[in-house]
Amino acid sequence: MRWWRASTRSGKYSVEAHPIDPAMDSKNLYQEVILDHNKKPRNWGKLADASHQAEGLNPLCGDHIWLSLKLDGDKVGSIAFEGESCAICKASSSMMTTNVKGKSVEEVEQMIQEFRDMATGKLDTGSQPNHLGRLSVFAGVRDLPSRVKCAILPWHTLHAALNSEATISTEGDRDPVATER
Amino acid sequence: MNASSSVLHAIKPDGAFDVERIRADFPILKLKVNGKPLVYLDNAASSQMPQQVIDRLVRYQTAEHANIHRGVHYLSETATAAYEGARVKVQRFINAKEAREVIYTRGTTDSLNLVMHGYGRAFIGAGDEIIVSQLEHHSNIVPWQMLCEEKGAKLRVIPCNDAGELLLDEYRKLFNSHTRLVAVTHVSNALGTINPVKDMIATAHEHGVPVLLDGAQAIPHMKVDVQDLDCDFYAFSAHKMCGPTGIGILYGKAALLEKMKPFEGGGDMILSVTFEKTTYNVIPHKFEAGTPPIAAGIGLGETIDYLESLGMDRIAEHEHNLIVYATEAFKELKDVRIVGTAREKAGVLSFTMKGVHPHDVGTILNEDGVAVRTGHHCAQPVMQRFGIPATARASFYLYNTMSEVDALVAGIHKVRKIFG
Repeated sequence: MRWWRASTRSGKYSVEAHPIDPAMDSKNLYQEVILDHNKKPRNWGKLADASHQAEGLNPLCGDHIWLSLKLDGDKVGSIAFEGESCAICKASSSMMTTNVKGKSVEEVEQMIQEFRDMATGKLDTGSQPNHLGRLSVFAGVRDLPSRVKCAILPWHTLHAALNSEATISTEGDRDPVATER
Repeated sequence: MNASSSVLHAIKPDGAFDVERIRADFPILKLKVNGKPLVYLDNAASSQMPQQVIDRLVRYQTAEHANIHRGVHYLSETATAAYEGARVKVQRFINAKEAREVIYTRGTTDSLNLVMHGYGRAFIGAGDEIIVSQLEHHSNIVPWQMLCEEKGAKLRVIPCNDAGELLLDEYRKLFNSHTRLVAVTHVSNALGTINPVKDMIATAHEHGVPVLLDGAQAIPHMKVDVQDLDCDFYAFSAHKMCGPTGIGILYGKAALLEKMKPFEGGGDMILSVTFEKTTYNVIPHKFEAGTPPIAAGIGLGETIDYLESLGMDRIAEHEHNLIVYATEAFKELKDVRIVGTAREKAGVLSFTMKGVHPHDVGTILNEDGVAVRTGHHCAQPVMQRFGIPATARASFYLYNTMSEVDALVAGIHKVRKIFG
């Protein structure tokens, strides 16, 4: 991460401007599609007839979502979410629900892995094969370590729901990011 | 470089505060973030360090380091003199009666936990009550909850009004024959409220109850006189007052400290050790087991020299001007809510924006080099009181300027433009 650069010229530390990282620009992260899903989240609410559900919590920033879904055979038949969160988390949740609907559990688990790899900088969606499609708008979070968890939270909650875990937190033993930085 | 000779120039001949001259003492303020000058408004989390303190740390490691209280050799004596000299500087800075009332810790949290273990576990039992306030940082809640769980004691909470001011009538009603301790913050980290601690201490003492003040957010910004306050314990950290991390202070009245049990056992805290019996050292050493962060302690002493050369009253006045200016500017902003509007307030501006989560505010401000804190500020009960999950918080210090407040306001306009 290139937040700062120190030089030891003439034995004295000095601080220099660090290069502008284009990915840091808010236009890159807060793209129209993300702002739109933040304002008008799709599949908002709770399913009355859910077969799977889970709660996701990001204690550091207070993102808190509830996810419910109903499997139709092996496929995600319906899915909904609600909660209190930042724009990145809400848009990520909303776009996740529209993108996993109709997919098989196996396909969804594959997307969860890919999304997580993209957000943590291990998958370059531009050059490597993947199934993320428009979800690649979230690639910019990899340059904002404090926001990676916001984008990943819904995907981990989805993984928890599919594996019948009631609550996941982005801190502690289940921290999806700590070991990946 | 000697701190006092360098910073004297920071005060103009007419006694005014020369903020540009002060900024020149802080090398990190020359940093550019995302191509923009750093606007550092996260001082309530941690403050920056002036060159004078940095140089003092370097000089210590370069020419003075050895373990303290151990050897008879030159370096050990030099290091011990500097470290113990810093303790005396702290004593004078907070006007403690004696230097042995000043205990080095790792920071405010460590200081609060020391009172819990050393005082709380010895003198608070089943059915006893501890008073805290709605405004506490988690570090002045959780240790007491742990004690309550262990002993079967009970936590009582002083409520606050919508401005973030403690309700003193309610506070007085909390006292009864079971009350054993009041643990309250001097200045709220989340809202900036300056609590009327002197009156609150007088009230507690009428009931024979000792008072522990969390001074983490007060000591960097105002003159603190522990004898005038008559507090029984006072806890603070160096890193929020331009000093190093890893060092803090617990002040305690000598009579109370002597009654307390040591918390950590080890070297330096004993007078004699046999397998049959250990005799503890006198205060403050009884509470200082093991080799401390010596450089950090000496750095704290240098930090005090730096702040005192500027004058704590002048620093407080400068910050007051900043918070007044910022508050006026924020009142003009549409759909921005200031959280915490106490009449007595330190340089903390906590706010929310309608329809925008604080984390998004923080990320967008960062693009323009503006550093604010976002989140619950380790004060979730405060957030619950105001019915919000989080806030964005700008917190000012001696080196901040009015034009940096303008940069913050410009950033808020940018957030509104992006989010509509």
